[in-house]
Amino acid sequence: MEILSSLWAGFAVAALPINLALIVAGCFAGTLIGALPGLGPVNGVAILIPLTFAFGLNATSSMILLSAVYYGCMYGGRISSILLNIPGDEPAIMTTLDGYPMARKGQAADALAISGIASFIGATLATLGLTLFAPLLAKAAIYFGPADYFALYVMAFATIGGISGTDPRKTLLAALLGLMLGTVGLDPATGVARYTFGSFNLYDGFDPIVALVGLFAISEILFFLEQKAQDRQLIPKGRVFPRMSRVKEGLGASLRGSVIGFIAGILPGAGASLGAVMAYSFEKRLKDKGTFGTGDPRGVAAPEAGNNAASGGALIPMLTLGVPGSGTTAVMLAMLISLNIQPGPLLFERSPDLVWGLVAALYLANFVLLILNLPLIGIFTRVLGLPAWGLMPLVVAISYLGVYAITHAAFDLMVMVGFGILGFVLRKLDFSLVPVVLGLLLGLDMENNLRRALSISGGDFTVLLQSPIALLLYGITAVFLALTLWLSRRDSKAFAAKGGR
Amino acid sequence: MIFDLNGLRAAGVTMAMLIAGPVSAAECIAPADPGGGWDFTCREVGRLLTEEGLVEGNVQVTNMPGGVGAVAYANVAGKRADDGDLVVATSTVGITQIAQGKYPGGTDQMRWLGMLGADVGVIAVAKDSDIQTLDDLMARLKEDPTSVVTSGSSGAGGWDHIRLLLLAQEAGIDVIDQIRWVQFDGGSPAVTQMMGGQVGVVSTDLGEIRGFVESGDIRVLAVLADEPISAFPDLPTAKSQGYDVTGYNWRGFYTGGEVSDEDYAAWVDRLKTLYETEAWQETAKASGLEPVWRGGDEFTSYVTEQEQQMAEISRQIGVIQ
Repeated sequence: MEILSSLWAGFAVAALPINLALIVAGCFAGTLIGALPGLGPVNGVAILIPLTFAFGLNATSSMILLSAVYYGCMYGGRISSILLNIPGDEPAIMTTLDGYPMARKGQAADALAISGIASFIGATLATLGLTLFAPLLAKAAIYFGPADYFALYVMAFATIGGISGTDPRKTLLAALLGLMLGTVGLDPATGVARYTFGSFNLYDGFDPIVALVGLFAISEILFFLEQKAQDRQLIPKGRVFPRMSRVKEGLGASLRGSVIGFIAGILPGAGASLGAVMAYSFEKRLKDKGTFGTGDPRGVAAPEAGNNAASGGALIPMLTLGVPGSGTTAVMLAMLISLNIQPGPLLFERSPDLVWGLVAALYLANFVLLILNLPLIGIFTRVLGLPAWGLMPLVVAISYLGVYAITHAAFDLMVMVGFGILGFVLRKLDFSLVPVVLGLLLGLDMENNLRRALSISGGDFTVLLQSPIALLLYGITAVFLALTLWLSRRDSKAFAAKGGR
Repeated sequence: MIFDLNGLRAAGVTMAMLIAGPVSAAECIAPADPGGGWDFTCREVGRLLTEEGLVEGNVQVTNMPGGVGAVAYANVAGKRADDGDLVVATSTVGITQIAQGKYPGGTDQMRWLGMLGADVGVIAVAKDSDIQTLDDLMARLKEDPTSVVTSGSSGAGGWDHIRLLLLAQEAGIDVIDQIRWVQFDGGSPAVTQMMGGQVGVVSTDLGEIRGFVESGDIRVLAVLADEPISAFPDLPTAKSQGYDVTGYNWRGFYTGGEVSDEDYAAWVDRLKTLYETEAWQETAKASGLEPVWRGGDEFTSYVTEQEQQMAEISRQIGVIQ
């Protein structure tokens, strides 16, 4: 009951007029920032920090504003994924897989409603988890060592083989290409430069968000330019209001996705993108009857619930251990420290107002986001009604602006265009772009953890198999793969029995 | 509707900041992503410069990550060498990189403004570790350099690693290259991995892990300072245990090599004034820094000397040839 009374006190803090106003403002700004390709939660939060100083906000109010922006971005990232096939930020990549096909079928409003509600479910369950179990979960998370993280990434890569509709061999190749691109830059363990060709601009490798905007947004533009004038046709706007029947189809997936995402969020080395990937691939394995990738509502609900739950989960290691689970929480952490608040084991004792005020604000932010987002669906779908000559140049402008705003480097604009051309070529060859981005995004963390495990053991590879957690994860991966093989053999036998080729 | 207006305003300001750029002339480049120590230096000092009325308007903070500061160094040397409104955050970590030839050029490329404070290196173990003292740790490493896995927030050859190796060298361990070193993305991830039993020792800055020192989750074997530090007077120094090693990580600023003497002197003045304010002294202590001032010529010769020292150490431990 102690938790309830603390939470009650937290709501008293969050319900102060200034904090309520900040929640609404943060949610709105976050949705907008998340929706713009290139601008993600990291930039959103980093940009707003000077504003919190300028307004003279106290630590609690600042954290409330930044967290509302963080949650808002997770909601907003899906909008452009669904409408334009351009993810607004990294964790929204998986949402393109079924969200965009839904929009192409004229079901954009349904997809937006499903993802909005899935986001709500994911974020709310994660906040609930944060309320009840934060200190406990943090204690468990520290036993996850480098070898275990490596096993987790192996599992993620083993499961992405089936995530996109195209030939699994092409998916594998695309993931390898992503992994390869991910090795560019300084080797974190030794500081040796790899594939940089003497250019300092390549020392930090390719920023995944730059690659993402190039691969998705710029290649989309190139595709569009290639079509003949008379063939140019945007996707149908379809219904403006969502149907409840479609929304209901995503509920089960939302719940499952939330749990998976939350677990990924708690682990400081994992994060929202991994949460979305795992949520999607598990849902697909569990429920796919050949409809995933063609606009299945569950394929929208699972990753959206997953990435929102992961962002809630990521607040746990940040608050209880002072370990940021993502770029965004790293920025929030820096701000807390600059406000003279030391995150870490003593935060819950020393600053209960801040912690519980923040938790209560997260509950409120979720409701605000849901209320804010559902009526906006009508407006967002109207984006599709814009003439192509207006929409496409706008996408280009936002892409350039977003990328430059992140890196302040003209070089990265060229990198973006380079990835755009790569994306164009890959799509022409019928490769899915999602595994490329995932390889780039998750590959470096996977490598780092492998390197750490090997540094600990002095180069002995058996270290990878000595932890029970890692063994469990490898076991799940093996079962998963065996199941996939068995299912595909059964399907092809059934197919043959029916007189197929 | 007031809520929506607020939202719009916030979004509007955000966009305006993205598009219009600097709000005042003064700019601070943090050569890292948001959230790290250099970013913190820029944002905190920038905020205080404005609050104390030492610059007009807000100091624009630009994040320019890449190559542990090398990208920003190259950018300033190549394009903004004479920009008198620009300062760049750096620290001992940057000088280590310069000394190891990982930046385009040496410290003579830039004009060094001053340092405002220093974080102190610590060597820590988990509270339930059977290593009780620095002597214990060194005795074990001497017997078998692979028996304890060490870790920190820098890669092999970085400042966290070097500080540990300096201690090992002082303890008379001659095979220091056999000591295992694991890099994590920061001091607190390293500490949590140590609490989870993955590694045995963490060498990093006190400021990064003070939460764990206060909570008693870790045992500090030594702080690498000349004197016990004011925030934690009970922590033993390495010197008091007979190891003549200090390892500060100072935080300071440089500006372009062709900045006029006038602009240079004005910045040194501004930073010195800031250093003397109550607000900085408090901010520094709150974030685990010991306030220390070196500025202008004194700072320049300090940096030059440190560069030589660091190159010397790096050669000794085999990081550079």
